[in-house]
Amino acid sequence: MELITTPHLESPDDFYEALIETHRDLDNAASHALNARLVLLLANHIGSLNVLQQAMQAARGGVR
Amino acid sequence: MQLTDLAARKGGDVDYQKLVFDYTRHPDQDATTPIRRPVVVVGAGPVGLALAIDLAQREIPVVLLDNDNTLSTGSRAICFAKRTLEIFDRLGCGDRMVDKGVSWNVGKVFFKNEQVYNFDLLPEVGHARPAFINLQQYYVEGYLAERAAQLPLIDLRWKNKVAGVEQHGDHVTLTVETPDGNYRIEADYVAACDGGRSTMRQLMGQESKGQIFRDRFLIADVKMDYDGPAERWFWFDPAFHPNQSVLLHRQPDGVWRIDFQLGWDANPDEEKKPENIIPRVKALLAHSAMKDADFELEWASVYTFACLRMDRFRHGRVIFAGDSAHGVSPFGARGANSGVQDAENLAWKLAAIMNKQANDALLDTYADEREYAADENIRNSTRATDFITPKSDISRLFRDAVLELSKSQPFARTLVNSGRLSVPATLHGSTLNTPDAEPFAGRMVPGAAAADAPVVRTDGTSSWLLRELGTGFTALIAQSPDNDELARSIRSAVAVPVKVLRVATGSQTTLVDVVDVQGLVTQRYDMRPGTVYLFRPDQHVCARWRNPTVNQVKGAIQRALAVV
Repeated sequence: MELITTPHLESPDDFYEALIETHRDLDNAASHALNARLVLLLANHIGSLNVLQQAMQAARGGVR
Repeated sequence: MQLTDLAARKGGDVDYQKLVFDYTRHPDQDATTPIRRPVVVVGAGPVGLALAIDLAQREIPVVLLDNDNTLSTGSRAICFAKRTLEIFDRLGCGDRMVDKGVSWNVGKVFFKNEQVYNFDLLPEVGHARPAFINLQQYYVEGYLAERAAQLPLIDLRWKNKVAGVEQHGDHVTLTVETPDGNYRIEADYVAACDGGRSTMRQLMGQESKGQIFRDRFLIADVKMDYDGPAERWFWFDPAFHPNQSVLLHRQPDGVWRIDFQLGWDANPDEEKKPENIIPRVKALLAHSAMKDADFELEWASVYTFACLRMDRFRHGRVIFAGDSAHGVSPFGARGANSGVQDAENLAWKLAAIMNKQANDALLDTYADEREYAADENIRNSTRATDFITPKSDISRLFRDAVLELSKSQPFARTLVNSGRLSVPATLHGSTLNTPDAEPFAGRMVPGAAAADAPVVRTDGTSSWLLRELGTGFTALIAQSPDNDELARSIRSAVAVPVKVLRVATGSQTTLVDVVDVQGLVTQRYDMRPGTVYLFRPDQHVCARWRNPTVNQVKGAIQRALAVV
């Protein structure tokens, strides 16, 4: 299966607000840890190693 | 000059920012006991003017008080959205706005030194009006004032400043300050359209509460000799203005509007000085296609903003509309647009009460509906503000990640939020709606502002659905073998005026008023033969059926007037 990179979120603005809200009042270390847990949860939900590897590559591509 | 002089000058080049209107002593000021007027509107900005025009068109006399005697200066509210333009059409000044305004479809988004993507709004076809236009607020006020000047039922009193408010059981008494001293005037209802720093709100001891953003923005209106395309350019964290955002928009007359985010620590008095603004503009131009363009500074202002609203928009016989009732951040153009939409919601309800078609309870639904709309507008503008000016390190981290990804990942572009298109609130759950009893597809649910569509009249002339709707209620009936009888019985059985608009959705074009020439009425409203939509006087859907009886239509009208 291909990684979906076209718009797929059912409600982008609601999602983004909820994402930022999840971090409210956390310091940077706590936010960092939250992000790690969030990645792991979503990875498990996706399941496919192939898709996850494509996502990791795409994200890594953003590193300068 | 007098307001009526303005009507006479219509068509010429008028510098609306320089107009000064004369204070004229009104006979009410000499009355020994205060004169009672049906409606007094406080504030002759876009909201107060729109409300006064709408009421006058509905045969309700209006006294419009303004504490000043000039129109707006500077561009201020510059984006006027489709629904607002449709309201201006109804108020008789839509063409002037759209003819003068600048339409754009292409937006470019920059992050640091590069363009990350661009978008083309590709507006949906089959609407009389574009998604929005850019137009300086002084033109909007000028065109509304010209329209008001044509309506003898509008009594506009310049340099009349409200200094006192007393609520009584069946009226309000206002104390008004003028250059000739104070006078008192009574009104059945008062509409407070006097802006974000509303005197009416203060006099009544009310507050508008919410989130204040610790940020400052510089607006510069720059007249530039550059004939580039009308596009919207938004920079996040550009090299020429690091860590902040910049927005560039084209307006009529070769004027470009630039908004520079400055941060909370900026000194507004210093930033307003031309010697500090000009280098900022030059730095921006140096990074754009207009790098050699000559420009001059027309107007500048430094602003802060807040997203806030009053708990209730109605206080007895005083009703708040526009910025006096709610404030939004400028991103997404929901300030003036929502204010004009408030005015249109209020106008027909006040008129129905004055004309004894409804009682005072209908005004409570103005508050309910527009408070709901204000929450939606505040939510949208807060989200844009949070994206543009992240409030925490993590928020900034995600924002920058979205922008970085948006270069290559189409999905990320849906998360970039530099202000969402201003659209009218769909009044879900309004008590004036008759809930659907049958399934319908599409967006025209009860509470939605009517979508436009091209139609052809039976004489062969082209028109638009919205222009064929009546000034009161309208029943839009899709042609079927029995609709002639229904059309006749609606006209005779309902106490309030209802326009019956029979639309041919197929090939048979007898016994109809308009033909759905491109099939877009059928598509947008999920019409089938016999389908009936009921529109309120403000062109919102309030009920729909597949094959209603006249009593169902009658009941829905009563419900929409809050008389059930």
